[in-house]
Amino acid sequence: MKLADNILDTPEQIPQRNGYGDGVVEAGDANENIVVLCCDLTESTRSAKFEAKYPERFIEVGIAEQNMAGISAGLAFSGKVPYMSSYATFSPGRNWDQIRVSICYSMANVKIMGAHAGISVGPDGATHQALEDIAITRVLPNLNVIVPCDYWETKKAAIQMAGIEEPFYMRFGRENVPVVTTEDTPYKIGKADTYRDGGDVTVIACGSLVYEALVAAENLSSEGIDVRVINSHTIKPIDETAIVTAGKETGAIVTAEEHQVHGGLGSAVAEVLSLHHPVPIEYVAIMDRFGESGEPNQLMKKFGLSSEGIIKAVKKVLKRK
Amino acid sequence: MYYIKPLTPLCEVNDLGVTDEQINYIEDMANHIREDIIKMLVEAGSGHSAGALGTADIFATLYFHIMKNDPKNPDWEERDRFVLSNAHICPVLYATLAEAGYFPKEELLTLRKLGSRLQGHPHRGTLPGLEASGGPLAQGLSIAAGMAMADKIDGKRNRVYCMIGDGEMDEGQIWESLMFIGKNRLHNFTLIIDRNNIQIDGFTEEVMPLEPLKDKLTSFNFHVIETGGHNIRTLIESFKEAQDIFEKPTVLLAHTIPGKGVDFMEFKPEWHGKPPNKEEARKALAELRSLGGKITCEHE
Repeated sequence: MKLADNILDTPEQIPQRNGYGDGVVEAGDANENIVVLCCDLTESTRSAKFEAKYPERFIEVGIAEQNMAGISAGLAFSGKVPYMSSYATFSPGRNWDQIRVSICYSMANVKIMGAHAGISVGPDGATHQALEDIAITRVLPNLNVIVPCDYWETKKAAIQMAGIEEPFYMRFGRENVPVVTTEDTPYKIGKADTYRDGGDVTVIACGSLVYEALVAAENLSSEGIDVRVINSHTIKPIDETAIVTAGKETGAIVTAEEHQVHGGLGSAVAEVLSLHHPVPIEYVAIMDRFGESGEPNQLMKKFGLSSEGIIKAVKKVLKRK
Repeated sequence: MYYIKPLTPLCEVNDLGVTDEQINYIEDMANHIREDIIKMLVEAGSGHSAGALGTADIFATLYFHIMKNDPKNPDWEERDRFVLSNAHICPVLYATLAEAGYFPKEELLTLRKLGSRLQGHPHRGTLPGLEASGGPLAQGLSIAAGMAMADKIDGKRNRVYCMIGDGEMDEGQIWESLMFIGKNRLHNFTLIIDRNNIQIDGFTEEVMPLEPLKDKLTSFNFHVIETGGHNIRTLIESFKEAQDIFEKPTVLLAHTIPGKGVDFMEFKPEWHGKPPNKEEARKALAELRSLGGKITCEHE
């Protein structure tokens, strides 16, 4: 699969949220029913670009995430395609019940955009670091869950989901992250992408950890360890075929995500493998604790959400193989 | 000099443009709805009696006189929409939809049973005429606000009606929605508050006082109409007034009697969340069928 050039040496750095901001404008160009809602975070979620271009289709809800979820459902029932944006800690954090009943139970065509997700939001501290959002959305029937790895993927996902008449949750981060893919890299919601082939072990990653997985795989290759890297950007419905194939062909799995170890990508992968082809798994994730203030790179390092953390986990899982 | 003969109306039309026959018809429908509610609840063995009975007159007025709706074409683009936010009183909505012809009346007795389209709390998409799912309180108000907003963006002329319960106003989301509706001056939106003064733990003013409620609503930029919830003529007047207000949303603060129509249920908080047993249902139906003892009831 075609990835960006020189990503391991000098990758381009862009925040994923810019991908949402550009993607929703492009989706809005093509579909006049697309509307955007925001809870007093228009600039930082990057909904501002849509507001500037389509002010009559932008709805400022104020700091009221529960109301935003219900209003979005009502708009959807009247034929609109709402993208409702806030920080992931607040939405789906504060409005889970509204997402469950008003949106998911009713199959409302609402796209929930969770910005500033993960520990990399940094200095704001634990209250603002969404580390449970994948778990609480993944359990909801009818809801698709997307965790894109970079700018291009966030943009493509934002555009693609407009064409699928189902509720979606997409989480993305605040910080600059390496741009792994290109404008032309194929992307399809629901289909995991193999970015590097290998036969000894597979790292299944999502979000910003996809890049770290590629760096880890490169470093491990010099030690003679042949690592497959899969970008599992769709957490739900998860690509079972890619996971089971990786389990069968490499016999050991490491998952990597910027999320709690319980209930996220790792759990989703374990659910699939335990059913179809059990193999040893190691998890790179936040180990059941709250985050803290710090610079994003300091925090990622401290919590082991790095290529070094993935390398450690790979060596550990290979011993269990 | 010549003489102008005064015009005589072809039939008795009051100042609302509504005939007495029409009002009688709506009253009849409200009574049918109440009978349906009793039959459904006793058959289901669980459910909410008081609020359902207490709002039957409002439902009959809306569906049989005020709202643009077509039971044969429930997805009609130009319809007025009704969202029930205090969705636990859904037997009154189900009964109204069945009486209007959205689905067969026999189906009412499947309420709360396995495989039924009449879920214990409404599930949008299962039953014709249901505009929203509901159950967890306050969600319907936000949904209705979203619908009214969509119509405003599209420049449509249809209206959105939403009912909330007074106890439901303890929820913070209600006030988030009221702020939003007031801010956007959704004049195509009419809110109906079922002000029956009871909730599960007792009287609203003891559980969590709402008064001065009218002042609160006015301060949220609503046109407030305080009205009785049982006089059909008054209700029609109030809904027509709401249609004539173009600068802000309207709320009908509708004072209702919980359990209205069944003597032993009226004003009793304990009937909020329970159904009648067989004997109680027999008594209730006898009272409803005799129009409160005004006529002889052949089923007694």
